[in-house]
Amino acid sequence: MTATTATPAPEAQAPGTLPAAKPRSMFMRGLEVFVENKLALVGVALLVLIFGFCFLGPLFYHTDQIHVNLANENLAPGPGHPLGTDQNGYDELGRLMVAGQISLEVGLAAAVIATALGTLWGAIAGYFGGITDSVMMRLVDALLSIPTLFLALVVVSLFPPTEIEIILVIALTSWLTTSRLIRGEALSLRVRDYVQAMRVMGGGSTRAVFRHIAPNAVGTIIVNATFQVADAILLVVALSYLGLGIRPPQTDWGGMLNAGLNAVYDGYWWQIFPAGIAIILVVIAINFIGDALRDSFEVRLQRR
Amino acid sequence: MAPLLDIQDLHTEIRLRRATVHAIDGVSLTVNAGECLGIVGESGSGKTMTALSVMRLLPGGGYITGGHIYLDGKDIAALSEDKMGQVRGNQIGMIFQDPLTSLNPTMTIGEQIAESVRLHRGASKAEGLARAVEVLGLVGMPKPAERIKNYPHQLSGGMRQRVVIAMALACEPKLLIADEPTTALDVTIQKQILELIDDLRHRLGMAVILVTHDLGVIAGRADRVAVMYAGRIVEITSTERLFSNPRHPYTEALFEALPEKAADESVGIKRLYNIPGQPPDLTAPPTGCKFAPRCRYAQDKCKEIEPSLTEGAVSHEFRCFFPVGSPEEVRDAKTPFASVAEDQPVVAPAGNGALVAAVGAGTASALTPLLRVDHLVKNFTVTAGAVMQRKIGAVSAVADVSFAVPAGSTFGLVGESGCGKTTIGRLIVGLEKPSAGSIVLNGKNLAKMSTRERRHNSRMVQLMFQDSYASMDPRMRVATILREPMVIQRDGSRSQQQKRISAILDEVGLPAAAAERYPHEFSGGQRQRLGLARALILRPSMIVADEPVSALDVSIQAQILNLMRDLQREHGLTYLFISHDLSVVRYMASVIGVMYLGKLVEVGPASDVYFRPVHPYTKGLIDTVPVADPSLERAKEHQGVQGELPSAVAPPSGCRFRTRCPFAQELCAREEPPLRPFTAFGHMAACHFPLREPDAGVADAVTATGTGTPA
Repeated sequence: MTATTATPAPEAQAPGTLPAAKPRSMFMRGLEVFVENKLALVGVALLVLIFGFCFLGPLFYHTDQIHVNLANENLAPGPGHPLGTDQNGYDELGRLMVAGQISLEVGLAAAVIATALGTLWGAIAGYFGGITDSVMMRLVDALLSIPTLFLALVVVSLFPPTEIEIILVIALTSWLTTSRLIRGEALSLRVRDYVQAMRVMGGGSTRAVFRHIAPNAVGTIIVNATFQVADAILLVVALSYLGLGIRPPQTDWGGMLNAGLNAVYDGYWWQIFPAGIAIILVVIAINFIGDALRDSFEVRLQRR
Repeated sequence: MAPLLDIQDLHTEIRLRRATVHAIDGVSLTVNAGECLGIVGESGSGKTMTALSVMRLLPGGGYITGGHIYLDGKDIAALSEDKMGQVRGNQIGMIFQDPLTSLNPTMTIGEQIAESVRLHRGASKAEGLARAVEVLGLVGMPKPAERIKNYPHQLSGGMRQRVVIAMALACEPKLLIADEPTTALDVTIQKQILELIDDLRHRLGMAVILVTHDLGVIAGRADRVAVMYAGRIVEITSTERLFSNPRHPYTEALFEALPEKAADESVGIKRLYNIPGQPPDLTAPPTGCKFAPRCRYAQDKCKEIEPSLTEGAVSHEFRCFFPVGSPEEVRDAKTPFASVAEDQPVVAPAGNGALVAAVGAGTASALTPLLRVDHLVKNFTVTAGAVMQRKIGAVSAVADVSFAVPAGSTFGLVGESGCGKTTIGRLIVGLEKPSAGSIVLNGKNLAKMSTRERRHNSRMVQLMFQDSYASMDPRMRVATILREPMVIQRDGSRSQQQKRISAILDEVGLPAAAAERYPHEFSGGQRQRLGLARALILRPSMIVADEPVSALDVSIQAQILNLMRDLQREHGLTYLFISHDLSVVRYMASVIGVMYLGKLVEVGPASDVYFRPVHPYTKGLIDTVPVADPSLERAKEHQGVQGELPSAVAPPSGCRFRTRCPFAQELCAREEPPLRPFTAFGHMAACHFPLREPDAGVADAVTATGTGTPA
């Protein structure tokens, strides 16, 4: 009896009776735990606001983000341009919206692809172990040894960097860490008693991976995915900063930041702060949500 | 003389997210210098919390909310956290259950022992290490001066627990709290550790609080015993008095739930007494007597007013309005408890001659065995290197084991951990592939099948896990968990499966609504019922039960054992019952096989093996198992198996037990003893110098027919 097991479990029922609580779905219980976390709610609210701002904002606030208007360059915030303009004369507020669309799209899409690929790769390597594992993971190690930016540089110099391409480049480099994580998880899950139990019933590997290992790693997967979104957004920022990002006239927050930094000594703060703050807010919001999701997926936490 | 430790009206609470657990609710007890007080109770009874409250090492959210703890006249409950640090480890030492987790894997054991001396006594590093050597010698560690440089992982479980004890003793505490000190250890090691604690108590004159769930452990060691239930002491008295004349119905029920009490040779197998229900929810304890809802003597009064701890006769306190037992305190221990019942069905002594004979020698019997294991061998290769995986050795987990199990019977497999009993179970259910030998079930050789074929045949034999909770996917509802085997085996339509699930839940005593729940919503006993339900759902002919009740409390254990027996009778099930607990195996099995380091050393009818063992190991094992009887337990001081299990990578030559056997001679190292018959009823053992000679004529007869040893 360790200290933890000796803690009386709430079990007041006779052998034939069950806990009084209504049977609820896993989702509802998870939601309950999630809602208890106030920071997560702040994160969700922030994210909803930012999405609304980026995707619905342009419908109400019309700006020209295509044609350069040098007459308006580097205007300070004032009437007509609430956040001023940049060195090409684009309205900063409107630009923040369209740039956000690309940042968010790239972040989400890259994270989804990286997570799916990484999970599958890692789960298979971890479950089968042995030679399969060795070969698959050595490949991951090899790819990890190529710097992401170098890889991106090569790809971008071969093909013109479109949004799709940026998504693919980021996804193809960031699935590696996910796969390592999930492989570790699978290694520990495959020896769990319930996987053994399933094998005693005569179940095969496919069932083990898809019915037991992947669902039980879902906490790790989802949490990792949220951090992947944040990472992807930051990676786009980095790429844009090196001039390998989205091509003008399109832009993303990283691109805006990059452009703004050129003017950092001129005191044009409105070209730097809005994009910077937007990036920080999104990353923080996603991290809050990721933390809360980790708790919601922890089955044991749900019962307390 | 004032007591060393005087706990007065202690209240401890644990605050959870939404509720408060009243873990300890008004506990008062005293411990005199040099005395051993036993605290027994089921999990959640507050016994560990009492110990942790004294040490002030409560888990997160735990607080002492009332009462006093006087140590040597000083109230340590009122001390500041800083001051408490000087008491803890200095005046009070504590031993935890699991020696592996209570030692720091990155420090040598010498440094860890020296740490507390340096902390409390301000000793230098060299002085600390010198003291470490001294206390390690005290706890019986061989070559302590060399051992202090070892790390915990380099020591065996028993040795680690000695280190933990040495750490607790380093500052010569006046009080030693041992919280389940042997639960994580093997029985043979358990006995050595308990003897050590006892011996140290006498030599150092310290008081010991022994917290355990095992009445057998208490029986031989404690001077006085406190029985706890739902955060309160329900009975406290001297050990002899408690065991001979329990007054509280809960204590009485605990005794009746012990399998060793139910398996009397003369009467056959009695049904165990079930304490119905489960301990109360301590977030909202019931009014009145906490045990009333489960008590067979409870009356209306019990449910309204809570009885106080009243003095019976000579220093025997209990908390009950309608005490059982006799107030004169002179009951003969042999007389059965008053309540033992009238109409409890008595299971016929299961091992009748014919059945047993079929097991042993494989004689021509009407009963063809359902399972036949022949010359089974399993070696695990030890490899080195991540990619190349060179073979550097092999662990001989199962070495040439043969036995047979007739349909409808229970074959019990006992032995220490590492003896290969679990591996045999895993080989039979197909989780491992045998290195050699055959496993014939229902006439089909499972060992020869391809993986695919084996999977199709897996419905014939199912496994019941020790930890049912771990064996169920926490993300699945019970309905999905129970349906999974049928889905895998493509058994029936969805509605048929639904019907089968309801039927099976009913059979194991759970409501149909349980299907909509998740495993974590059930209690330990209910989960074990679910585990049994899942094992049964494919209608297997055989169930391998690997330590199915080891993790359960005595009262719940009785419920599960009874259920397993009932289901066996109804469905003609065959069990392979694997356990380290000889008394449980003795209760369940008709035939017992004793394993030692991969070898089957003795096999025979349960009562024969238990009461007339032939192999010295079996005898030693029986002697080391603690029995809930103080007089018996004290009589067998310094008996039992000494030493520790040798490595299975390089097992001893000849008889594998010879390194720990008191009778071993040169022959034992040279020649491996074959399994030979000792009675006409299939009692066989592998020993050159058995405890008794074979019955007249048995050996010749078998040699003549040539079917003698299955080895």
